[in-house]
Amino acid sequence: MAESVIRVVGLGKSYATAAGLFPALKGVDLEIRAGEYVAVMGPSGSGKSTLLNLLGLLDRPSSGTYLLEGRDVTTLSPDEQAQVRSQRIGFVFQSFPLVPRLTASENIALPMTLAGLPLKERNARVDQALRDFGLEHRADHRPDQLSGGQRQRVAIARATIMQPALILADEPTGNLDRHTGDEVIHLLEGLNASGVTLVVVTHDPALGTRAHRQLVMEDGGLKQDSARP
Amino acid sequence: MRPADILRFARDAATGYPMRTSLSVLAMSIGVAAVVILTALGDGARRYVVGQFSSIGTNLVIVLPGRSGTGGFNPANAITTTPRDLSIDDAGALRRAPAVSRVAPLAVGTSEISFGGRLREVMVAGSTSEFIPIRNFELAQGSSLPEEDWNRGTAVAVIGAKIRDELFGSGAAVGQLVRVGDRRLRIVGVLKPLGQGLGMNTDELVIVPVALSQAMFNTNTLFRILVEARSREAIPDAKEQVMEILKLRHRGEEDVTVITQDAILATFDKLLGALTLGVAGIAAISLAVAGILVMNVMLVAVTQRTGEIGLLKALGATGNTIRLAFLAEAAMLSSVGALLGYLLGQLGAFVLRQVFPVFPAYPPDWAVIAGLSTALGTGLLFGFMPARRAALMDPVQALMKH
Repeated sequence: MAESVIRVVGLGKSYATAAGLFPALKGVDLEIRAGEYVAVMGPSGSGKSTLLNLLGLLDRPSSGTYLLEGRDVTTLSPDEQAQVRSQRIGFVFQSFPLVPRLTASENIALPMTLAGLPLKERNARVDQALRDFGLEHRADHRPDQLSGGQRQRVAIARATIMQPALILADEPTGNLDRHTGDEVIHLLEGLNASGVTLVVVTHDPALGTRAHRQLVMEDGGLKQDSARP
Repeated sequence: MRPADILRFARDAATGYPMRTSLSVLAMSIGVAAVVILTALGDGARRYVVGQFSSIGTNLVIVLPGRSGTGGFNPANAITTTPRDLSIDDAGALRRAPAVSRVAPLAVGTSEISFGGRLREVMVAGSTSEFIPIRNFELAQGSSLPEEDWNRGTAVAVIGAKIRDELFGSGAAVGQLVRVGDRRLRIVGVLKPLGQGLGMNTDELVIVPVALSQAMFNTNTLFRILVEARSREAIPDAKEQVMEILKLRHRGEEDVTVITQDAILATFDKLLGALTLGVAGIAAISLAVAGILVMNVMLVAVTQRTGEIGLLKALGATGNTIRLAFLAEAAMLSSVGALLGYLLGQLGAFVLRQVFPVFPAYPPDWAVIAGLSTALGTGLLFGFMPARRAALMDPVQALMKH
C-alpha cells in the first residue's frame, strides 16, 4: 500500500457572515494515497472549493488537522506554508491565471523564480517543459497572444515545474471547448501516470468518472467516497 | 527570490501600468525639480549679492560721519552731541595708519554734464587718484586723476563708459573739454564699463578731484572715506587705527561709524542663506506630497494586483518576497522620479542662467543631495505601508477577488 499524501481528520471551516458563522466545511475525514487520481464533485456551495483551498494551504482551517506527506501543516507559519506550496503542491486553478505582462516561458518559470533557483537550472527546466507541453513556438508569447488551450497548458507547465507531489486542479477544463478540454485532461492524466497525486474539482460528470476515485460533496460534508462504498 | 529577479519583477510591474507609473514619477520629479530650482534661485541671489559687494573693492573699510552705535559716557558727549563732519584732512590723516594701504575721500553730488550741445544729469564723485584702484575700477583710456595735493582740485575729470558713449559717440573723449555744472573740465580718462555697484552706476559716474567737487557743491564735508587695509587679516587693525586717529582729531569724540565690507558680506550671506533654506523647506513640502502620492499609487497597485499577490503566494512566494517586490517598485518609481527631477531642475537652472547671465543660479550641492535623498526616503517610507499590506495578505483573500 502506498503511503498517504493527504490525511485530514475532522477538517472544518467556518466563515463569519452577517448572519453569523457559516460552516462551509463540516468535519471532513479523508485520506489520499500517493499516485491517486481523485475527482471531487458536488453542487455549488457544497464545500468542494473550500476543501481544495484547505488542501492547497491557501486557507487556514477552523478545526481539524491536515497531514501533508505525514507532516502536520496546519500549525506552520504563513512563510513555512508558502515554502510547502512552492515545493510540494502545483495549482491549476481558474482563479490563478497567468501573469499578463510575462511571456509563456516567464510564467512557467515563475515558481522557480520565486523559489530563487539559479537561472541556468530555470532555463533548462523551462525548455524541457515547453517541449513536453508542445509550446516550443510560444515561449515568447504573452498570455493574450495564446489560445485558451495553450494558456491552460502553460498553467499546467507552471504547476508542475517545481516537480510537486500533489497537483490540485479546479475546473481545469472550465472555459475550454471539448477538444482542448480533452487535451488538457490527457496532460493531467499523463502526469498522474508518472506518479503525481492528482485531485480535480469539477462539475462535469464525464470528467469525474474518468478519475480512479470519486468524492461527492454535499452541504459541507463528504457524502460519498467511491473508495469506501 | 534573487535580488536581480525582484528588481526585474518590480520593473516589469511598474512598466505594466504606464499611466500610474508615469504620474507618480512625474509627481516625484516635480518635487525634486522644485527643490533644485528654488535653491538655485536662493543661492543664486546670495552669490549675486556677495559678488556685488566683493566688486566694491577688497579689504575695504568704510568711514561714515555720525555714530550709529551706543557708546559709554564721554565728557565730550556732554558738551555737544552734534557729530563733526568728515574733512579732507581727516582722510589725509588716515594715511598715517600702519594697517592702511590706501585712502580715498569721497564727496558726491549730482550735476549736469554737457558737451557739444548734449546735456545730461550725472552723479559726480569727488575723490583722489586712489579711488580708482580702491574701488577696483579700471581705466579704458587715458589716465587717472593727477597725484596732487588733495586740497588743490585741478579741473580734470574721469568719466564712465556710458557717459563717454552718450557724449562723444565714436569720437575721442580724452583731452576734450566738457562743462560740469558751471566748471569747464578736461577729460583725462575713461573707465571700463562695469555696471552697478553699491547703488552707484559707475558707467554713469564722473570722477573729479575731491577739492573741486567740494567747491562745485559748495561744501567742505565728505560723504565717505574709503580705506583699504593692507590685507584681509589687517582689516580689524585698520578699523581700530582709523577709529583712533579720527577720535583724536575730533577731540576724543567717537562721532564716526566704521564699517567693514566683511561685516556687510557676512550679514547678507547669513540672510540669504536663511532665505535659501526657507525656500528649500517649501520645496521639501512638495517632496512630501510626492511621497504621499507614491504611497497612494502603491496602495492602488496593491488593490489592483490583489489577484496577482494571491497567485504569487500560491506559487510559493513568502511575505518577505512580496514586501521586497513592492518596496523595490516604490523605490524605482521614486528614484526614477528623483533622477528625472534632478535633470529637470538642472535644466531649469541652466535656462535661468541663460536668460539672466548675471544671476549665478547654481543649485547648492547640499540641496541636491538633500532633495534626492528625501525623494528616495519618502518613496521607501511611503512604499512601506502598501508593501506590508500586500505581504500580510492571505492567498485565499486574494483568490476571493476573482
